[in-house]
Amino acid sequence: MINDITLSYLIFLLPLLTFVVNGLFLGNRNAKAAAAFAIACNGLAAASAITVAIHYFCSGYAPQKAIMFDYEFLPFAGSLVAKIGMLVDPLSIMMLVVVTFISFMVNIYSVGYMREDRAEGRFFSLLSLFSFSMLGLVAATNLFQMFIFWELVGVSSYLLIGFWYHKPSAVSASKQAFILTRFADSFFLLGIVLVSYVVGSFDFSTINALSLHAFQASTVNLGLCSVSSAEALFIGSVLIFTGGWGKSAMFPMHIWLPNAMEGPTPVSSIIHSATMVVAGVYLVARLFPFFAACGDTLTIVMWVGAFTMVFAAVIACTQKDIKRILAYSTLSQLGYMMFALGACKIHQVYAVTGWTASTFHIFTHAFFKCSLFLIAGSLIHQVHTNDLDAMGGLRKKMPITYICTLISVLAISGIPPFSGFFSKDEIILAAFQGHHYVVFAVALFTSGLTAFYMFRMFFLAFHGEPRHEGVKAGHVHEDFAMTLPIVVLAVPALLSGILGKGLFEKFFVPGQLHVPQLLKLAHAPWIPFAAIGVAAIAIAIAWFFYASPKAKVQRALDSTNRSGIYKVIYHKFYFDEMYYAVVRQFIFGGIARVSRAFNDYIIEGLLAFCVWFIHKLGDLVRTAQAGYLPFYLGTLIVGVLLWRFFGQLPL
Amino acid sequence: METILFNQIWIIPLITVLACIPISASRAKLLRGIHTASASLVLAIVCFLTYRVYSMGAAPATDAANPLLLRFFIDIPWLSLFNAHYTVGADGLNMLLLALTAFIVWAGVLVSYNIKGNQKVFFALIQILATSVYGVYMSFDLVLFFVFYEMEALCMYLMIACYGSGRRDYGGKKLTLTLAFGSSMILATLFGLYFEGGVNSWSLMELSKVTFPMEFQMWAFPLMFMGFAVSSSLFPFHFWSPDGHSSAPTAVSMLAAGVMMKMGAYGCLRVAMFLMPEAAKFWLPYVVALLIFNVVLGPFIAIRHKDLKYITAYSSISHLGLIFLGLAAITPIGLRGASLQMISHGFLTGLFFATIGMIYERTHTRDITQMGGIMRKMPFLGVGFVLAGFAGLGLPGFSGFIAESTIFIGAFQQPSTLTRFVTILAILSITTTAVYILQTANRMLHGPLPQKYESLTDGCFREKLVIVVLVACLLFIGVCPGWISEMLDWSIAPIFEKFL
Repeated sequence: MINDITLSYLIFLLPLLTFVVNGLFLGNRNAKAAAAFAIACNGLAAASAITVAIHYFCSGYAPQKAIMFDYEFLPFAGSLVAKIGMLVDPLSIMMLVVVTFISFMVNIYSVGYMREDRAEGRFFSLLSLFSFSMLGLVAATNLFQMFIFWELVGVSSYLLIGFWYHKPSAVSASKQAFILTRFADSFFLLGIVLVSYVVGSFDFSTINALSLHAFQASTVNLGLCSVSSAEALFIGSVLIFTGGWGKSAMFPMHIWLPNAMEGPTPVSSIIHSATMVVAGVYLVARLFPFFAACGDTLTIVMWVGAFTMVFAAVIACTQKDIKRILAYSTLSQLGYMMFALGACKIHQVYAVTGWTASTFHIFTHAFFKCSLFLIAGSLIHQVHTNDLDAMGGLRKKMPITYICTLISVLAISGIPPFSGFFSKDEIILAAFQGHHYVVFAVALFTSGLTAFYMFRMFFLAFHGEPRHEGVKAGHVHEDFAMTLPIVVLAVPALLSGILGKGLFEKFFVPGQLHVPQLLKLAHAPWIPFAAIGVAAIAIAIAWFFYASPKAKVQRALDSTNRSGIYKVIYHKFYFDEMYYAVVRQFIFGGIARVSRAFNDYIIEGLLAFCVWFIHKLGDLVRTAQAGYLPFYLGTLIVGVLLWRFFGQLPL
Repeated sequence: METILFNQIWIIPLITVLACIPISASRAKLLRGIHTASASLVLAIVCFLTYRVYSMGAAPATDAANPLLLRFFIDIPWLSLFNAHYTVGADGLNMLLLALTAFIVWAGVLVSYNIKGNQKVFFALIQILATSVYGVYMSFDLVLFFVFYEMEALCMYLMIACYGSGRRDYGGKKLTLTLAFGSSMILATLFGLYFEGGVNSWSLMELSKVTFPMEFQMWAFPLMFMGFAVSSSLFPFHFWSPDGHSSAPTAVSMLAAGVMMKMGAYGCLRVAMFLMPEAAKFWLPYVVALLIFNVVLGPFIAIRHKDLKYITAYSSISHLGLIFLGLAAITPIGLRGASLQMISHGFLTGLFFATIGMIYERTHTRDITQMGGIMRKMPFLGVGFVLAGFAGLGLPGFSGFIAESTIFIGAFQQPSTLTRFVTILAILSITTTAVYILQTANRMLHGPLPQKYESLTDGCFREKLVIVVLVACLLFIGVCPGWISEMLDWSIAPIFEKFL
């Protein structure tokens, strides 16, 4: 009996099974079997997800929501019950397909990439845990389930980023990633507690159906101040968004993502495309009706996203580490997705273009970004360094990779007919339609920056003369297991835009909104041309600097003798240093030190004083029993006299 | 039949001690075998009885046990001079704590195979300690309760002073004297309860039917609550636990942090709050102010420490603070969360101290700055430690998350300003917990391996078994929290009824 429900169980259970079997049994004993098992299970999960998706979208049932299963996990009071279930709607189905498919590809790729590693089994096990956690997150029916899997995503990323635990930089990067996202998660948890307290439920269906009018009357005590329930819900929505803020690495909590490049490249690939950073965007998309009902939350979302978008793109233009360029490009693309969600708010009414565009961009971005990271991994595997200094001239040695890279780079730059064009165009349109003209201009400018830094990377890696001894000597080949997923991913990177556009426009709306909304807005036909024009100019500039026959590549790569502003950007605006300073001075040297001093000196001091006092008291009493006869006699006389004159004393 | 089995829980350890007297101390292998067998037998009995208590559900108990839902209830006159009875029974709450104790004692016996010194006496002391802890959780007569409660601190002192490390005499004395100070406060209020109650009974059930006058409650409740809180290291009486734990041998640390520190919180809930609910309602919203130290500053202090046992001790202090946050919420969810945290933290800290002990046996240092990269040499122990860490920082899938989230949700339902303020701080401090746990794990397990540790070996079968069993317990509670919450809800309902 195979029906959709069995298949949807399989989607979750197969990665979990892989984690358990590889982690406990196959493990490091038989790495080949572990890899084969992981690929088989993840392949089956991907096939199940695609089957479920086809059934869902072709059945005519499509834009509706359904709950496939919902187990009671932990009952609290009344309707406040934590459940573990599976929500089916266009958004979650789309994410299931993306996560399982990307995970499948990355598993295949890892066979080639991790071949020489001695802990392959552990790697495949953790990779499956990662995709299992993300699947649980996207299928969540309630906030509690989302938080459970949210944390599991965090811990799997910690384990994978720090996979090479003998490398101090990887260890500290993994710690930074976990603690920074955990910091955001603490606010998320507070938001969940607050919202569930006010609303009395964790379920998305209840929370998304709220209208603030019902909550004006009652008040909630927040410890320091007392606010009305409606304001408490607004605060709660911002707190919940903070969770996504950290997970999606929005400014200023972005520093962990580029540093997380210390992990193995397949891990970076899966983090950036499917399993981790889009969780924040997904959270906002999932709770969109709630955020919309809460008023200004979406404005915060928009500005956070827009700033991160341009900030990261500027940094990406100066980096030389190929993985860091891609990391900053992810940050920038996440900024696009985030601000598109926020841009849905037009003064007091809401349009849904941004929501559709954002989810569409999650979809297209997953494929080309995964592909780009896998390509970066292939290049690194050949030249054994992340540095663009050492690459160049790889076009002839790796022709298949070259073509696939070109497809993905064109896709991310927003050139038609590649996938990124369609989603990015809609995002820019959403900003324009929402009358957010500043953000619109920034988005257009950033799309130029995106095209520039991606082609900069592309030209430096593949064109020009080889700068690496190994490449010059011809020790470069394309590994089959590593090239296969790259080629497979190039297909959706090319086509997912054209094919997906109709699907997304038809089915992807954020559910019932309980706020005034605009359903249709006129399309501004000149925007795509403007976007393409900006991108084309940026590509031309990149070509001029890095690939034209007159380009001085060596000088372009030389980071010494640069102007001050270039240095500031090259050092990522010194944010890492600022973080370290704050953490060291304020947390470790400040609060922690003061707390310990308080404990060690004040509390222990008081204790020592009590002990001393008791000793002194003992000394005092001891003199009374020192065997000194006149003292005894005197006490006796005084006692008798007292008794004689104050006979009523109760002695 | 089951009632007889139930009483065997505390009798078997004592019989084991007596049976071992004629065996020469030099036959350590035989002694260890006997004690392991005895601890395993108790564990099996307790697991079976826990299952029985669960299967009996919320069915009403005998009249004598009213209002509590006590199973296996026995009430026999004992010391007729002052009306003390031998009253024991089990409801969900204390049965689960008994199960926790049985697991930790079993694990404690297994990890002590290589203890230096006279093993005969050491294992006898562990068994007596186990008896006293079982007794505390089983008894529903205040005299019996107090007798068992006092037994434990003395065993603890002997074990730390004779078998400990570092400043063991100082640590042992500090622990025992502080606990004795707490006991004196408890004893004073126990007499107060007996005489104010006027029912000539020390039975918890009888006394709970009396409504104590408010003037009495107003001084007796804080005295008794703080008396119990001393052994759960509530600020400002937490100072004994870091020194005590760090100088104790592994098994004693496990028992002290895992089960003994829960006795205080259990006493607060079962005796102080149950008998004096009116004063509890008045005082508890102020008690939460003390938790700012436990829950918020405790993790920060742990960040600054470098000794593994000190780090774990401060982590225990912060986790036990959460128990009090749950108690102070005075909501059914909060009380359930507090009880869950007692059980969850018992397993978690048992696992922590067990792995730390095993690592210490090999590296001969507990200073994390001296270690590094030992994950490569002992992956099993390293993974055990990391899992304990994950459970400690409240990772979903482990019991810690269930307990903590229940406490947070429960405590947020208490509308008092101070409680809400502290709850918000407590939720935000989950980050600090992550900081010290990851910092410790990374410094100790990851990074390059120093030359001197090239010859380290991974855990043996016995050690692996301990880790696997404790991790399995943490996971089991974390993945299926439904049944344990049900069990706790049944037994908390009568206690909470007093607050309505």
